Amino acid sequence: MTPTPPLANHLTETIRACNAAGDGAFMPFIVIGDPDLATSHVVVDALVAGGADVLEFGFPFSDPPADGPVIQAADLRALAAGTTPARCLQFIAEVRARHDHPIALLLYYNLVLQHGVDRFFADAAAAGVNAVLVADVPLEEAGPARDAAAKVAGICNVFIASELSTDARLAQVAAVAGGFLYAVSRVGITGEQRDVAAGLGAQLARFRAAVPLPTLVGFGISQPSHVAAAMAAGADGVISGSAVVRRIADHGVGTGRDLDTLRDAIHTFTAQMKAATRGAWLPPDI
Amino acid sequence: MQLDGKFGPYGGCFVSELLIPALEEMEAAWLDARQDPVFQARLTDLLQRWAGRPTPLYRAPALSAAVGCEVYLKREDLLHGGAHKTNNTIGQALLAKRMGRTHLIAETGAGQHGVATAMAGALLGLKVKVFMGAKDVARQQPNVRRMGLFGAEVVSVHSGSRSLKDAINETLRYWTETVAESFYVFGTVAGPHPYPSIVKDFQRIIGEEIKRDLLAETQRLPTAVMACVGGGSNAMGAFAEFIGDSEVQLIGVEPGGRGLDSGEHGATLIAGRPGCVHGSISYLLQDEVGQVQEAHSISAGLDYPGVGPEHAWLKDQGRARYVSATDAEALDAFTWLCRNEGILPALESSHAVAAALASAGQWQRDDVLVINLSGRGDKDLAHAIAALDARGAGGAQ
Repeated sequence: MTPTPPLANHLTETIRACNAAGDGAFMPFIVIGDPDLATSHVVVDALVAGGADVLEFGFPFSDPPADGPVIQAADLRALAAGTTPARCLQFIAEVRARHDHPIALLLYYNLVLQHGVDRFFADAAAAGVNAVLVADVPLEEAGPARDAAAKVAGICNVFIASELSTDARLAQVAAVAGGFLYAVSRVGITGEQRDVAAGLGAQLARFRAAVPLPTLVGFGISQPSHVAAAMAAGADGVISGSAVVRRIADHGVGTGRDLDTLRDAIHTFTAQMKAATRGAWLPPDI
Repeated sequence: MQLDGKFGPYGGCFVSELLIPALEEMEAAWLDARQDPVFQARLTDLLQRWAGRPTPLYRAPALSAAVGCEVYLKREDLLHGGAHKTNNTIGQALLAKRMGRTHLIAETGAGQHGVATAMAGALLGLKVKVFMGAKDVARQQPNVRRMGLFGAEVVSVHSGSRSLKDAINETLRYWTETVAESFYVFGTVAGPHPYPSIVKDFQRIIGEEIKRDLLAETQRLPTAVMACVGGGSNAMGAFAEFIGDSEVQLIGVEPGGRGLDSGEHGATLIAGRPGCVHGSISYLLQDEVGQVQEAHSISAGLDYPGVGPEHAWLKDQGRARYVSATDAEALDAFTWLCRNEGILPALESSHAVAAALASAGQWQRDDVLVINLSGRGDKDLAHAIAALDARGAGGAQ
């Protein structure tokens, strides 16, 4: 196996452009179809209007062991609305027709496997996806996804790193990863938290030295102060999932559903999170 | 990882990157412990003097007459804790100690694995937290209370379908959050590598004893070994020693629930297709796009939409074959064994007895059929009696 160099693509370039302007990139996450596809379109437009730089989408899955209760509930709502992988891909193509923001996916392997791994990457790239993180595919099992991504232009595999990742493991990640490095701010599952873990700075310095891709920090990033802390620790950008999805649950579902309020809540949250990245990017070695 | 954990195209290690360091550490500890005579001596001593091994291999006269060949029961129902699960939990708890972990966590379906983990924790001074689907908590109350008596905390899981698969998801989540101090004692030969191999290692003593005792008594190998299959640990334990003996038939019995055509069953190998869930690729009950479906069985311990990856490979190679028994057939076999052999089997194990009874007439008189009677039925009394009463009220036979 010859290691291939990390793939720079539209997504990498977008993050680098933010950094060149002195800002961090902001990548919000939603589950497609939560609570239905029409609402997801409304949410995406509000995310973009609020200043999101990159969009991250999840495909709903029945058994998501890497996710906390907020995203599990979103998965169930989307499944109840009949959201299938084919409809998710169609949704992405529709988003792509309106916005040129890079799109990353975070999903579970069985959906990729049942679609056919090669066919999935081809269809995802055709729909406008730039990067794919399969939550339950570590380096050991990444061969088929890596080979599938290599057959299609403009799409790459994203990998996770944490404080538990050894330098040897990071070197292996560097050999196959593209797009960006998904740095988890704490070892755990998705969800909101009070503070960003101490020690993140040393961790990010290690990642930057080992993997020549931008590093986005995720897991528990739910307020502007978390964004500021992650940027001060040396992040190139941040990812926020549960905090966005919770707003969808609050304003887009059931008796509390009010699309204007939802649109405002998403827009305001995104603008606040993006504002916290502005001027906050630290070049390496400072 | 030192090994890839693959069984043909099945198995592997499909988990979050965050769990890889823990699984690597576990694999190293296991590979080291298998070679360590001190570890093996401690395990053997506990299995014998604390848990009651070896369990008897009993020639069942009424069952032999009914099936039409020599039928032996491997009496795992007599093991401490009431099922084969203890073989595995003692082994994994000793591994946890070896790795310096202070907490055991586990999923449980029927509660047998939870009870066996709770007992092992009490024995070895480890704190235990057991995740159990809310549906199973309701139908397996005696085991919930037993876990409490052994000092374990039982967490009722309300997510998803509130049964075993969701208990596994929740245990994986909790493990990811607490991976530095906790050891996940996995209950069956499924999950990510190295679990299918570790659990098989700790359960293979079942087949080793069957072979040793049968050779001593009859100077021959069994014609067939039969066992129920949910995740597949008792079957793998009974099969492992015989996989290389090609003349020995290996027969797994899956839960047919309300019938394979009803869609309400847990016959993963018969009616599922390959997919990836809970850390490995194996047969899976799933819809056309890959969403995992709920299994159904009268026995909580077989109520699982996945199955161990080595069973998938044994099936594809034709080395083992898999049949099913419905809820009704299992309930019939449950009462039959009580009345005719004076043995109260677990509803899980009753599926294997049902398949044996259904195979009457297919054997030569001197064939030897060994059924792994994986557990006893005390835990099932309330549930089984309610089902029998409902049947009586419904006017069925």
